[in-house]
Amino acid sequence: MTPDPTRTHRPDAPDDRSPSDGPPSERSPSDRSPFDPSAEAARATAAILHDTLHGEARGVVVDSPPGAGKSTLVVNAALELAAAGRPLMVVAQTNAQVDDLVLRLAEKQPDLPVGRLHSSDADPYDKALDELDHVRKSTKAADLAGLDVVISTAAKWAHVKNVEPWRHAIVDEAYQMRSDALLAVAGLFERALFVGDPGQLDPFSIVGSEQWAGLSYDPSASAVSTLLAHNPTLPQHRLPVSWRLPASAAPLVSDAFYPYTRFRSGTDHGDRSLSFGVPSDGSGPDRVLDEAAASGWGLLELPARHTPRTDPEAVRAVAEVVRRLLDRGGATVSERSPDPAPLTADRIAVGTAHRDQAAAVRAALAELAVTGVTVDTANRLQGREYDVTVVLHPLSGRPDATAFHLETGRLCVLASRHRQACIVVCRAGVAELLDEHPSTEPVQLGVTVKFPDGWEANHAVLSHLAEHRVPYRPQ
Amino acid sequence: MSLIHTLARLEAVESGRAQPLATVRHRHLAARPLVFVPLTTAGEAGAPLGALVGADRERPRLLLVPQPRDRDLRFAFLSDLAEELLPYVESFADETEPAERAETDPETGKRVKVEVELCADAPQLIVPSLAGIEFVRLLGRSMRFRRTAEQDPDTPYPAPPRVPLLGRWLTHFAERARVPGSALIAAMTELLSRHWATGQSSLEDQHLGALLAWIDPPGEGRDGEGSGAAAALRAETARDEAGQLLCPPAGPATDPAFDNKLLAPAIERYDRARSAVAAAEDGLAADRHLAELTAAEREIAALVESRTRPTWDAVWRGLDLLAALPEGERAAERWTRDRWSYTGHRDRVLAGEPPQPRLDDAVTAANKLATRETAQARLEAQEALDDPLVMAGRRLSGEAFGGEVTEVVMAYTESKRPSPRPLVTLRTDDSPHLAERAKVYRSLAGKPQSAQFVGYDEEGGVVLRILDKMGRGKEPEEGSVPVKGDRITWTLFEHTPRGGPSLPEPEDTPWTHGGPPGEGAQAPDPVTPEDVL
Repeated sequence: MTPDPTRTHRPDAPDDRSPSDGPPSERSPSDRSPFDPSAEAARATAAILHDTLHGEARGVVVDSPPGAGKSTLVVNAALELAAAGRPLMVVAQTNAQVDDLVLRLAEKQPDLPVGRLHSSDADPYDKALDELDHVRKSTKAADLAGLDVVISTAAKWAHVKNVEPWRHAIVDEAYQMRSDALLAVAGLFERALFVGDPGQLDPFSIVGSEQWAGLSYDPSASAVSTLLAHNPTLPQHRLPVSWRLPASAAPLVSDAFYPYTRFRSGTDHGDRSLSFGVPSDGSGPDRVLDEAAASGWGLLELPARHTPRTDPEAVRAVAEVVRRLLDRGGATVSERSPDPAPLTADRIAVGTAHRDQAAAVRAALAELAVTGVTVDTANRLQGREYDVTVVLHPLSGRPDATAFHLETGRLCVLASRHRQACIVVCRAGVAELLDEHPSTEPVQLGVTVKFPDGWEANHAVLSHLAEHRVPYRPQ
Repeated sequence: MSLIHTLARLEAVESGRAQPLATVRHRHLAARPLVFVPLTTAGEAGAPLGALVGADRERPRLLLVPQPRDRDLRFAFLSDLAEELLPYVESFADETEPAERAETDPETGKRVKVEVELCADAPQLIVPSLAGIEFVRLLGRSMRFRRTAEQDPDTPYPAPPRVPLLGRWLTHFAERARVPGSALIAAMTELLSRHWATGQSSLEDQHLGALLAWIDPPGEGRDGEGSGAAAALRAETARDEAGQLLCPPAGPATDPAFDNKLLAPAIERYDRARSAVAAAEDGLAADRHLAELTAAEREIAALVESRTRPTWDAVWRGLDLLAALPEGERAAERWTRDRWSYTGHRDRVLAGEPPQPRLDDAVTAANKLATRETAQARLEAQEALDDPLVMAGRRLSGEAFGGEVTEVVMAYTESKRPSPRPLVTLRTDDSPHLAERAKVYRSLAGKPQSAQFVGYDEEGGVVLRILDKMGRGKEPEEGSVPVKGDRITWTLFEHTPRGGPSLPEPEDTPWTHGGPPGEGAQAPDPVTPEDVL
């Protein structure tokens, strides 16, 4: 498919939907051929907005796979509600997400009165918000009363007391919000649109919560699972197209992590490409870069070995791959920019499972004089997007496969941040490790079993990566 | 397991002795703890076989259920247990001190200080292992919904008078055990493995005998007979000629060899004697069979005592070992929270509130989780601040760093009334995971002072900007800013973690969580055929 230059890559292309189209949400992509991603996405968005604006239900739930235009949906829904004269509150999970939403709203409709409720800590919000004329900032909800849209984090909203409830709310990243956080804010609104990605990391608690496992309102479960347990008839939608993931990645991520709610890539093979100005020097890192440029995936496999978490060789290999990625003058072509755009450090991210691994990679990158590359854990990379990602496999070099390292969402986040290519650095032997450690989590009565489990998802990803394997023996 | 913990375990393996994980004791020990060593019957959940209980190390009281499947005997046991435990638990109720608590005024909605009573001390229950705490929870659950004849004259199987109350207290203890850092009830294995690392796995550490063998082996020596490893193996596996374990498991589960070879025949003799008494046709025969019954009961008592007494002694030995460590400074603050917990439950009982419900409602569950998360964060911070060895572990994992101040440069905020924001440079050998503009904390006269990470200087020194605790004036107060040469430990974690926001009242539970909980009365679990097998 050739991208239509008149159409944006987002599902909100304004020309082919109107909110009164009715809710044809249940039509699956396969009913139509050829597959038109923009039309499918627009149809889903229209149905969601219809349910939100005109539906009877108190809540609407939207599942969004990685990069399916979730933030755009939230912005559109907020604008539609505001335009219909219905003031609303928006609940996001982190301050960065809140600031991002405020900026997107202001970009889309600069004259919309927006309130940014923030904490009284130092530097509570992005300084860029100070430039916006119609954004009012305050630590008190009362100061922001009457504004069309008021946005804050769940943690801040939880402190708001004794106010007239909003008629509408939008809850962003609802699958990453804990049930107890929703309990604290749900009294503030009458009805809400819940948007999130069910495949990413589940919320967690630092103490045991087995005591409540199986209860519909288990405070450590995700907000959506509590919501649906108590309100099973709420309309549920999903966004069918990932605009971020390239055609090389969407099928794998969909099969491995969303086997029952498949999605497609918004772009086709050939719409995007990654190329290098400097030819390969034949080394492992260069060969894996060429493999990733050609196929979208690369596995740099180090010899099998049990290592500490901050495996110096693997960390070094990650750093070398990033160094070569920059040195070889990478250029990307995508539907956004048909002319090759240079692959710069800010378009590259390194993902790890643990914070000490991220710290070790940062130190290794500093040694190779690489700056500006994002290095973070899966938890912190959630919701972010890059052209190329380099991932230190969570199970690399481990003697065991714990529930933490097997968690489906962790691998899903790491494998779905990229627009062009994903390079995984890993010790050999992970498949054998998986076979030695089948999932042994205790079965809790009343808890919905999540499919696929991490074991299965890990195997699915590994067997795909095996086709793009470059063995590498560090010097 | 943290790196320093792994290291300690490796050292324990190499030296054959447990290695200290702490330089101070991180849990409060009561002056007069009550030790409870229960045993349970194989095959039936919550059927006690017997227990040693008491606050006097030399004179434990042996409680017994000679036929554990007999409900009347079980009630008699629970009644005896109530007689031992409740006077101890209640003995702390009367001595109080005035204290203040913040409450929400129902009329104005404002937070106001209210004068309340706080019990001056609280009871402390010590059980041998985590399984012991689970057993306390089970006992509590099995008793708290029972009705006495006084409460409900029509109840088919009335419980002895104080049994439901004991159930409520045991439930409270077991629930408190889930709060990190609490000490109202403690498992000896947990207490010991918090303070010492052995050369065995943490699963094996749950065997009290083996754990003590590592910490305090009977002999001397490195690899041979006297080493901790050899002693632990002996504690776990050594048996006498009759095939019985020399060191019986700390319970409540018993060793199958004991159950099969000793306990089952003794109970059988007891059962036979009992049916003979019932079937006796004249007084003389009855007397003879009664004597047999008494003998059979005494035999079971001796058996139960022989399996609980070693554990009883081990628990007290553990207490001795722990008492030898000085108590951590902030352990007292956590004990005060235990006292609040005790006082709160005392008040609920006095107010005639119903027993704890079988399941928490949504708001209660969320409140408990929030409390425990705060308690966990507080515990981790306090242990590190109390104990340089724990702090060393945090430094090793990049969560704290210590070093010498090499330079202090005065700087001020750019406002109308400039406040001091001095820049302090620290030379450190640690490698903290400092993110951009990360906040760090140090303890200044017991209060946390915060600073912001500015960057590294040319020599790799950490540059920090001090943010607070310098007084109101333009110049910082005396002693509030580090000076060159000071050695300071900064942490990346907060010293006094804040609790979360207040949640709605249970009757205001929102629609997302199923609305307000119903008013359904809490009845005991219905009796099913499985209960009377």
